[in-house]
Amino acid sequence: MAASANMARNTEPETVEDPDGRARFDELIAADQRVEPTDWMPEAYRKTLVRQVSQHAHSEIIGMQPEGNWITRAPSLKRKAILMAKVQDEAGHGLYLYSAAQTLGTPRDKMTEDLISGKAKYSSIFNYPTPTWADMGSIGWLVDGAAICNQVPLCRASYGPYARAMVRICKEESFHQRQGFEILLHLSRGTKEQHAMAQESVNRWYAPALMMFGPPDADSPNSAQSMAWNIKRFSNDELRQRFVDMIVPQSEVLGLTLPDPDIKWNEERGHYDFGELDWDEFYEVLKGRGPANAIRLERRRTAHEEGAWVREAAAAYAERRRQQSEKAQAA
Amino acid sequence: MSDQSFRISAGEALTAEKITEAGEKPSEAVATYAVRLGDDALILAQRLGWWIARAPELEEDVALGNIALDQLGHARSFLSYAALAWGKTEDDLAYFRDEPEFTNLQIVEQPNGDFAATIARQFIVSYYQFELYRRLVDSTNATLAAIAAKAVKEVDYHRDHATQWVLRLALGTEESRRRMIAGLGVMWPYVDEMFRDDDLVESLGDAAVLPSSLREDFDAVTGAVLAEAELEVPEGFVARGGGREGIHTEFFGPLIAEMQVLARAHPEATW
Ligand SMILES: [Fe+2]
Ligand SMILES: [Fe+2]
Repeated sequence: MAASANMARNTEPETVEDPDGRARFDELIAADQRVEPTDWMPEAYRKTLVRQVSQHAHSEIIGMQPEGNWITRAPSLKRKAILMAKVQDEAGHGLYLYSAAQTLGTPRDKMTEDLISGKAKYSSIFNYPTPTWADMGSIGWLVDGAAICNQVPLCRASYGPYARAMVRICKEESFHQRQGFEILLHLSRGTKEQHAMAQESVNRWYAPALMMFGPPDADSPNSAQSMAWNIKRFSNDELRQRFVDMIVPQSEVLGLTLPDPDIKWNEERGHYDFGELDWDEFYEVLKGRGPANAIRLERRRTAHEEGAWVREAAAAYAERRRQQSEKAQAA
Repeated sequence: MSDQSFRISAGEALTAEKITEAGEKPSEAVATYAVRLGDDALILAQRLGWWIARAPELEEDVALGNIALDQLGHARSFLSYAALAWGKTEDDLAYFRDEPEFTNLQIVEQPNGDFAATIARQFIVSYYQFELYRRLVDSTNATLAAIAAKAVKEVDYHRDHATQWVLRLALGTEESRRRMIAGLGVMWPYVDEMFRDDDLVESLGDAAVLPSSLREDFDAVTGAVLAEAELEVPEGFVARGGGREGIHTEFFGPLIAEMQVLARAHPEATW
């Protein structure tokens, strides 16, 4: 199978132009069908996907940290168990996505290298800190919620392994969102201090969550091509609107407010209006000047470097076993 | 890496609730015994949870997370059951007891150290728990037997995971071997305490398992793995122990301070 051949490769493949392959690729896209690892694909399509899928994988992995921060301090055993399972799910998502990216010929080691060297990007949202327990609620409700809005359309992305990984991931993300909502609901209806904790946290996460959809359409240069390739289905602004329409009624159920005085139902549009976002702040965080960029990367780098001797031991042991079984077969 | 590293469990989150719902009140002696086993699992889960997002590879984040979740699930079951004896909840026991009221074995509170030390601790505790739960399945106390029946299957996997890593680290590279030996050296002094009987377990008869009865099998099975790993059973210093009486090593205070900090800041709250 070409997929496994790709995985074994140490360098990224060079795409050779193939007119029949291109015709077939164009047909698949036109018919809104799936492109599989064995199909010929244009180099730019492959590169776009590798970038997107690996960034997505990195986000899952870095995203473990802000919530992992509260595993040892979760205020009830039930919440501790749910949080542990959630953070572990995110590790699983990272693993599925790295596998999907590998089918495009990029080895996992290279992706890891790019992440810890700071070369690869991941979602800026994880560069915000989690000072309170209520942040476990806000992340689930708003961050996993925004991720769902982004990711449900990706279940129909044209690249098969990516789309299939997304189906699996979306199911778990909707659990995460419900759990986050539940945390906030409990806090909001709890003591005065708990309610205040929830409101303060939602105030901090609201705008960064809206920015997860990326810059406004006018400033989003790569979107058009991705839409033509059926990788992206809706524009950034469309998805952002969908998200706002979802969370406004939910915030009312929660008994919490959203920190935007301009939120108002617009009868004519059939959508909620909302205020301008501070995109300067977004670009600051994107450039690595967010409150926790350095901490997140340092933590990943340290885990990777301090684990090197373990991975070397596992490799050496596997080699030893291989030699033993060869010897046994020869005898 | 075994395929099982990818197994994702829900942490048996429902078991504890079911026990609470059933509301079958244990005797104070049974409850005190259940607290011991619950504390072992809880404190181990607390230690293991630290590794999530810090493990040597992503597959290990998942595997150690799984083991922590299983342990937390067992802890919740034992503590929920015990709590019924005193009209309390699992959270009352986990968050509002002070250090001397915890009766876990001292080995589970030992710091994670490096990956080899964590594996050494996990190796010892998993084999101990497996031998214990394997017998507790036949307890005359139906709830303890049911908790053990679920736990023994999961601990069997923990045992396998730890064994694989003991072999890999001991026979991998020079450095990993050195670290594995050091890790076992740090943890082995706490083995002795695990097998001490006392009045409580003796008074419980067939409802409980006598710790001393586990020793022979523990030595045999761990001995076989260590032999395969070309390692000696560590000898020498034996820790004084006393975890079952609420005596802890100095690592324990900070551990529960961190675990309890938020719950204690809001004693009236539910979460
Ligand atoms: Fe995820
Ligand atoms: Fe998630």
